[in-house]
Amino acid sequence: MTAATVLRGRAWTFGDNVDTDQVIPAKYAIYSLDERKLGEHAMEGVPGNDGGWSQRIAPGDIMVAGSNFGCGSSREIAPIAIRGAGVSCVIADSFARIFFRNSINLGYPILQSPHAAEAVEEGDELEVDLEEGVIRNFTRGDVYEAEPFPQFMTDLMRMGGLVPWVRKRLEEQRSGGHPAPPHPASQANQPGRAEGGGQ
Amino acid sequence: MGMTMTEKILARASDRDQVRPGDLVLAKVDFAMGHDLTIPPAGKIMREQMGADQVWDPERVAVVQDHFQPAKDIASAALGRMTREFARDMGIKWYFEVGQGGICHTVLPERGLVLPGELVVGADSHSCTYGALNNFATGIGSTDLACVMALGELWFRVPETLKFVYHNRLGDWVEGKDLILHVIGTIGVDGARSKAMEHTGEALKHMDMEARLTMTNMAIEAGAKNGIMGHDEVTEAYLRGRAARPYSPVSSDPDAAYEQVLEFDAETVPITLAKPMSPDNTAPIGEVAGTRLDQVFIGSCTNSRITDLRKAARILDGRRVAPGLRLIVTPSSHEVARLAEREGLIRIFLDAGGAWTTATCGACLGGHQGVLGEGEVCLSTTNRNFPGRMGDPKALVYLANPAVAAASAVTGEITHPEDVVRAPVAV
Repeated sequence: MTAATVLRGRAWTFGDNVDTDQVIPAKYAIYSLDERKLGEHAMEGVPGNDGGWSQRIAPGDIMVAGSNFGCGSSREIAPIAIRGAGVSCVIADSFARIFFRNSINLGYPILQSPHAAEAVEEGDELEVDLEEGVIRNFTRGDVYEAEPFPQFMTDLMRMGGLVPWVRKRLEEQRSGGHPAPPHPASQANQPGRAEGGGQ
Repeated sequence: MGMTMTEKILARASDRDQVRPGDLVLAKVDFAMGHDLTIPPAGKIMREQMGADQVWDPERVAVVQDHFQPAKDIASAALGRMTREFARDMGIKWYFEVGQGGICHTVLPERGLVLPGELVVGADSHSCTYGALNNFATGIGSTDLACVMALGELWFRVPETLKFVYHNRLGDWVEGKDLILHVIGTIGVDGARSKAMEHTGEALKHMDMEARLTMTNMAIEAGAKNGIMGHDEVTEAYLRGRAARPYSPVSSDPDAAYEQVLEFDAETVPITLAKPMSPDNTAPIGEVAGTRLDQVFIGSCTNSRITDLRKAARILDGRRVAPGLRLIVTPSSHEVARLAEREGLIRIFLDAGGAWTTATCGACLGGHQGVLGEGEVCLSTTNRNFPGRMGDPKALVYLANPAVAAASAVTGEITHPEDVVRAPVAV
């Protein structure tokens, strides 16, 4: 699976410590298997947000949040709801661990950029180059760098997440061959990796 | 260079002599858990997308009906059925039906399924609870769980470890809940983000396993990957007659490297509550005493084990819930409910005018049996009070220990347990 590597859209901003109950209230967990329906209720738990947030999203729009985004529960429907609302990627100062893992495992693009999180205002026109890890703000004429993730995580995101990785591993087990998909251990101990990046 | 207990478990599970923080490893999982909200997507991903037709080891997976069960509505009934059918089709050994299990994070420890030295994952953020039993336990998503069920392994980034040292003993009425809230209030809801919290020190020696489980349960409220404790005679006494498998305890090396060592004097930690709308918005009880309440909820994987119910019942015995307030007591497992019945605790709650429910996550996540309406104020023994956690985003939730919850139910406002215990019981 190859996804677009350059994304463009308007920015939707959120503060620090937005937890998964705000991203998608638990009562909507009954729609766990319906991404479109989850998308309709994305961000509905944010105080002051009415139920219509996702209707205002144009496909490709970009979410920009503060620190510890997606803290709280392990619900994978949090990134799925945001994706279901049409948001093409999430940029944050930092991500809570399970939201981070879930996004990588889904192959859903997320970027960690304290600069962007601080400078971007709601409605700014953004362009994100996933390959370069660069965020361009056309409204303000700024360019922000995203912190690089360890290679294994970037590879997982690129190949579409954990599903194709597991498929490959299962196929190899069945054919009795040797494991070939990217192995995280081979990426370990890499100098210069972003400490905050891998969770 | 020595290793922490977290590092030792990840090294052993990934078949390496040594790991250090930041390493990415592919590790073998000893035990995995999913429930009625996470098994349906995980089972679908595993079978339909990953193409696996069986789980790697049906004896090392638990499936628990707890979040929206007994089914709160038709959609939950469908999730319950998918969960049930998955467990049946896969031949899952540790399947817990409604009425036979309870909340996963109480059931797994009490059945001896999560053991010292093991690597445990659960598709629920509070899976970090198990670490009080000297294992590495962490919460994962549904795709993660699908991967584990298909292969028996998963990728991990070895976390930095924060060491917490608790000197002296906790004071009267101050419990594991107060200590962990105090810690979270000190370091913040992202203070241990993606890191290991290793709890040590004199204070732990005087805490029973239930209180320890409350502490590791809330590691996630500080953003941690896992919370972990050493193995000692309390661990051993708890596991005697329960452990489902042989196990090997781990301890941190004397020269293990910690990112930071944080020391606390347990003796000076006050009864601590978290005010709305975040678990790190903490205050000593004196600051919030007198706050009027609509509901008191004693429940959840954090604070509804038998010791918690005993503490609450001791205060409620012979007293009544305040007019205008509702008390809801939800035991955290079927086994806890049986013990509570045998010890006469249920009658105390009922006589006090409290509602006694079946074991379920229930009101904790705003599911059922105690969802809050707009502007309502609740004191809860649970773990999270972010906006909307227990219902309406404008509801206000205070987190506290079970004795404070019981005392506050009697007066209708946040109350120090001592104030209720000192007052004479009406005849």
